Amino acid sequence: MLNEYGPRYASGFEVKFAVSQPKTLFEKIWDDHVVVQEAGSPAVLYIDLHLVHEVTSPQAFQGLRDRGLRVRRPDHTQATMDHSIPTTDNRLRIIEDPIARKQVEQLRINCQEFGVPLADMGGLDQGIVHVIGPELGLTQPGMTVVCGDSHTSTHGAFGALAFGIGTTEVEHVLATQCLLQNKPKTAEVRFVGKAPAGVGAKDLILALIAQIGVGGGTGYVLEYTGEAISELSMEGRMTLCNMSIEGGARAGMIAPDDVTFEYLKGRPRAPQGADWDAAVERWRQLPSDPGAVYDKTILVDVSKLEPMITYGTNPGQGVGISQPLPDPAHLADSNQSAALKKSLAYMALEAGKPLLGQPIDVVFIGSCTNSRISDLRDAAKVLQGRKVSDKVRLMVVPGSEKVKKQAEEEGLPEIFKAAGAEWRQAGCSMCIAMNGDQLTPGQYSVSTSNRNFEGRQGKGGRTFLASPVTAAASAIEGAVADPRKYLS
Amino acid sequence: MEPITRFQGKVVPLPVRDIDTDQIIPARFLKTIDKDGLGKSLFCDWRYLSSGDPNPDFILNQPRAEGSTILLAGDNFGCGSSREHAPWALMGFGFRAVISTSFADIFKGNCLKNGLLPIVVDEATSAELFEAAKADENLQLTIDLESQTLTLPSGRSVEFPIDAFSKKCLLAGVDQLGYIQNLMPSIEAYEARVGDRVTTV
Ligand code: SF4
Repeated sequence: MLNEYGPRYASGFEVKFAVSQPKTLFEKIWDDHVVVQEAGSPAVLYIDLHLVHEVTSPQAFQGLRDRGLRVRRPDHTQATMDHSIPTTDNRLRIIEDPIARKQVEQLRINCQEFGVPLADMGGLDQGIVHVIGPELGLTQPGMTVVCGDSHTSTHGAFGALAFGIGTTEVEHVLATQCLLQNKPKTAEVRFVGKAPAGVGAKDLILALIAQIGVGGGTGYVLEYTGEAISELSMEGRMTLCNMSIEGGARAGMIAPDDVTFEYLKGRPRAPQGADWDAAVERWRQLPSDPGAVYDKTILVDVSKLEPMITYGTNPGQGVGISQPLPDPAHLADSNQSAALKKSLAYMALEAGKPLLGQPIDVVFIGSCTNSRISDLRDAAKVLQGRKVSDKVRLMVVPGSEKVKKQAEEEGLPEIFKAAGAEWRQAGCSMCIAMNGDQLTPGQYSVSTSNRNFEGRQGKGGRTFLASPVTAAASAIEGAVADPRKYLS
Repeated sequence: MEPITRFQGKVVPLPVRDIDTDQIIPARFLKTIDKDGLGKSLFCDWRYLSSGDPNPDFILNQPRAEGSTILLAGDNFGCGSSREHAPWALMGFGFRAVISTSFADIFKGNCLKNGLLPIVVDEATSAELFEAAKADENLQLTIDLESQTLTLPSGRSVEFPIDAFSKKCLLAGVDQLGYIQNLMPSIEAYEARVGDRVTTV
């Protein structure tokens, strides 16, 4: 007689078939991509999609040149430029910073020489690398995706295994299409309950990182589950997975479902026709099996969350927007207490008080976390018919040329400009402040980007991370503001 | 890469946790297309005043940092971006090892590929080392990769973890690309079996 585990023998022994072991989403993709696994060595993992940008690739291409190697699979490689390019309107004519100009020109030379497709400035495919991959339909469920950029975790939103690598590894992938990897551990992050109004993907991920800390995910691949996750749009899922690295995780991922397929259907690089149906059939097998085992499970209660904001100098230092900032004097661990004290000193903030009403100088809406069309629509809804405080500079920077075009078709730039905002060209912009867009020392910003490290947005600059609606509301008030009153 | 076996070095303590790669090397120095010359910008925003002069309060500007090769840092060192410029900058300054209670994943991988040893110790050992570094400005430690041990001033030896494969490569002074290249027939067989999951052209 057969039962769910396999044959039951008369002797009473039950034989479990190895093939029926339930697997997680991560394990399925991992097992599908191991080319070789020798004892005592890391796995050789096959990479389906390698994204390349100007900042972390020059030394890798040079390495190939020095060894006389070619790019083995240019057809699995896509380059663009995003980090060091200006977001000014005249950038096609000139990149004024000579060092940045040289880096951008070097990427063009490298792509030309090695036959790598390049989404260059001026073309409709250019944009932040993590915005254009999904947009082109390059990022698909079940794939391995890497890039010399820690926010490659973004692509995990599609049920892909996607993670950032260093430049030496960029060279490995360029040369072999493979990567050496030790198998990470897995954690399920289950968001429990329904998110209240005004609480979006950005708030969910900031809440998780505040809960586990910036090192909490180290060594793990996180799979996000729960009702609050399956209800998110693809863009929200990308925002969430994007910041997995801010919790220290190797990658973040979400099981593909109809929302995923709907987003991908008809995109230029997605499978077409009969291939599409076959692909969807395959992708439906990817979600974790019932009973699959994770190395650990983290629960996040979302039902009582508020819009989140960070106050410190790492993304784990976040609170609900009406909550008082923690007091170093109340922390038992002396290391933690010292770290909090140092952060508050850098930010010139007082413990024990909420951030609401804290005056700000700049609002930045952009970055691979929150520069997609839905982010811009959300911000526009808050800004429509209102004015940005005259004390504040509001920069709105679309994540890609396509986002920009779409926003223009919808009339969003008119709303931003009427409110007093700048509408800029696609790129990383003030997320990383290596392209001319930056804070001056001492300035405060509310930013929709992902890092509030000291000086991240310009030497001496101070960053509060928040969602697009919180950023827009704060721009109006000239101070950190609760977005909920603008959302009814 | 030079083989690494055993070395003795002077320690400089930086008792700060969660030091991110933006502090190790700020983004504005990432516009270079080389690996060289980053050592002078290591910890730039902590190390230099707005005038451009060295900040005398920062430990790397103090006499004790001269000739140091081992950085002793707080927990979760190297979090943030994947920039390999971070280990390049640390090595450019002269560091050969960093000791912490934990390292961010990508940073650790980048270190191992460049021959900068990321040495993980437990909290008690870390505390002992910070104490010792406070007491002795010339604190020297011996690191032995073969036996994976760190010899403390007290004479006590502690073992540190390192994955077997990286260790083999570091001891021999070979990089890891050759290992993958030797497996090319398996990679080609994999591609033939699986086909293209996506194409960019
Ligand atoms: S937007 Fe910011 S985080 Fe995203 S890729 Fe660009 S620099 Fe990195």
